[in-house]
Amino acid sequence: MMKYAKAIYATLIVVFLLSPLLVILPLAFTSSAFLTYPIPAFSTRWFEELVINSVWSRAIVNSLIIALATTALATVLGTLAALGLRSQDLGMKSQIRTLFLLPMVVPAVVLGVGMQALFVRLGFNSTYWSVIIAHTVVAMPFVVISVSGALTGIDRRVERAAESLGAPPWKVFSLVTLPLAMPGVLSGGALAFATSLDEVVLTLFVAGPNQRTLARQMFSTLRENISPAIASAAFIIIVGTVVIAAVLMLSRRKKA
Amino acid sequence: MKGSPRLRALILIAPLLFFLGLFFVWPLITVITQSVSDPAVSRVLPRTADLIGDWDGEGAPSAEIQAAFRADIVGATDDQAVGDVTRRLNSSKSGFRSLMGKTVTAVRENPDVDLAEVDKRWADPAFWKAIQDNASPYTDSFLLAAVDMERDSAGSVVAMKEGTSANFTILMRTLWTSALVMLCCLVIGLPYAMIAASVTGWKRAVLLGAVLLPLWTSLLVRTAAWMIILQDNGIINQVLTGLGITSGPLALIYNRFGVVLAMTHVLLPFMVLPIYSVLITVPGNLMSAAASLGAHPIRAFLRVLLPLSLRGVISGALLVFMTSIGYYITPALLGGAGDQMISSVIAEYATRSANWSMAAAIGLILLVLTLALYAVYNRLSRDPIQAR
Repeated sequence: MMKYAKAIYATLIVVFLLSPLLVILPLAFTSSAFLTYPIPAFSTRWFEELVINSVWSRAIVNSLIIALATTALATVLGTLAALGLRSQDLGMKSQIRTLFLLPMVVPAVVLGVGMQALFVRLGFNSTYWSVIIAHTVVAMPFVVISVSGALTGIDRRVERAAESLGAPPWKVFSLVTLPLAMPGVLSGGALAFATSLDEVVLTLFVAGPNQRTLARQMFSTLRENISPAIASAAFIIIVGTVVIAAVLMLSRRKKA
Repeated sequence: MKGSPRLRALILIAPLLFFLGLFFVWPLITVITQSVSDPAVSRVLPRTADLIGDWDGEGAPSAEIQAAFRADIVGATDDQAVGDVTRRLNSSKSGFRSLMGKTVTAVRENPDVDLAEVDKRWADPAFWKAIQDNASPYTDSFLLAAVDMERDSAGSVVAMKEGTSANFTILMRTLWTSALVMLCCLVIGLPYAMIAASVTGWKRAVLLGAVLLPLWTSLLVRTAAWMIILQDNGIINQVLTGLGITSGPLALIYNRFGVVLAMTHVLLPFMVLPIYSVLITVPGNLMSAAASLGAHPIRAFLRVLLPLSLRGVISGALLVFMTSIGYYITPALLGGAGDQMISSVIAEYATRSANWSMAAAIGLILLVLTLALYAVYNRLSRDPIQAR
């Protein structure tokens, strides 16, 4: 009796958790002008809309530029910092670590207000750089966490062995440490990319009309008129995320 | 080339520290300074602002202060800034508008004119008092206004007149909505985490996957999906009217229900995962041990499993509450005018009315609240992290 109750409950919650994703995906292929069921006919018109309509295609290009730059910047900064945090000799380690994770905690609206005020004063608000920097601040913690996780799994004796055999530090790093930490670096980078792709709030504050991203465009479309282009954009984002996750899983499995 | 390991660690960390100092800490400091700074008067009347603090408020101020005031007016060439000062002073003491207009013209003609001769109001200390009150480049008025308070003419803090400002109401609404979301997450998430921890194999994989998959999908996509499900001709309303349960569509969106439902969905993983990670460390045979000793399942749950999962519950609850008080996107898209949370107010002040000081003041309150909750959370969850 208890067992059935448990099974039913768990199933209900799984449905609750997954239904939004299952509902939005098929609507990407609707031929209707409305985001409603039943779907009258299968069509790719809304994907075409994303390509043809310059507002959407521009937003997609902007998102890619910004997300790629953010990923590069966040991955480099985060990986270096995670390597540094590994040292036993560093003072105030837990405080520094907390500081590195704080951007995930501070409400985006508050950070956005401060960034806009500061960036306007420094004279580079509403540029690609302002958006990339803002995204890097909130994407970087994911890199730090994921690289730190990978680094704790490394047996330090391997590096010591390389050192004792006469390898200079940069060679130990590039031939031993980095390859071992690579899965962490890759998944950190993927998370940074996904964070940038999905970022709306900071973008509202620091981007100008020329840096309108896909997420920003989806947000304003949702506010004004719900068009099925939303579902198509969502489809692209979900498929993109799944592909990245799958590639990462496969690359990790090959290593293991 | 080798250097000390400590120096090497510092060099590795330095770029990120520098980056965060510049683009994370500095913006937050900007929020703090912006929320308490009020340079309108002191910027236009710098010499007066410097000296008038010493004035005792009895009779007209000294000739030195009056000379500084005349010099400031001669030096103030930006008419718009002078207009701002006049407006500010006029709101402290009515009559300043005509007085300033008259005085500026007179002083610009003759910088050494006697102010009391230009207008006898300058002999009245009340007008100088208004300048003195506004001369400081710092103010607490924005922070007070953020919680619907103000200073009366005597300078003591009082509540604003009812109906003038809704900031406090919205702050309370934010806390209430967040508490509701936290409660929903707890009620749904605790049993779910317990079931997930009690099963094994593919069942556990499915239960955990269902929590992780939404976490990996875009927040915007999930919010959009809820808009599609809950709208007037969405799936739920179609089913309800189709089965004849309701005659017309139920209002599921643009109200509190929609906000709480979608936020519960979005934040549920933050409740389930901490509880789950605590529960899997609990030996599986504890419950059967309790049962074999004759405890009723409910009693065994209350006395054994619940206390053991308590730390996960508290971590999860804090995490959900802390995240939801700063939420912007979901309430903005799924809520009606009466469901907006504090973040929307901040965004409104900043983007629509360009009132940066108010945006920063309310933002500062939200920031302090969030950081306080995070400090508690960090303390609670520190031990297991260090043990790892």
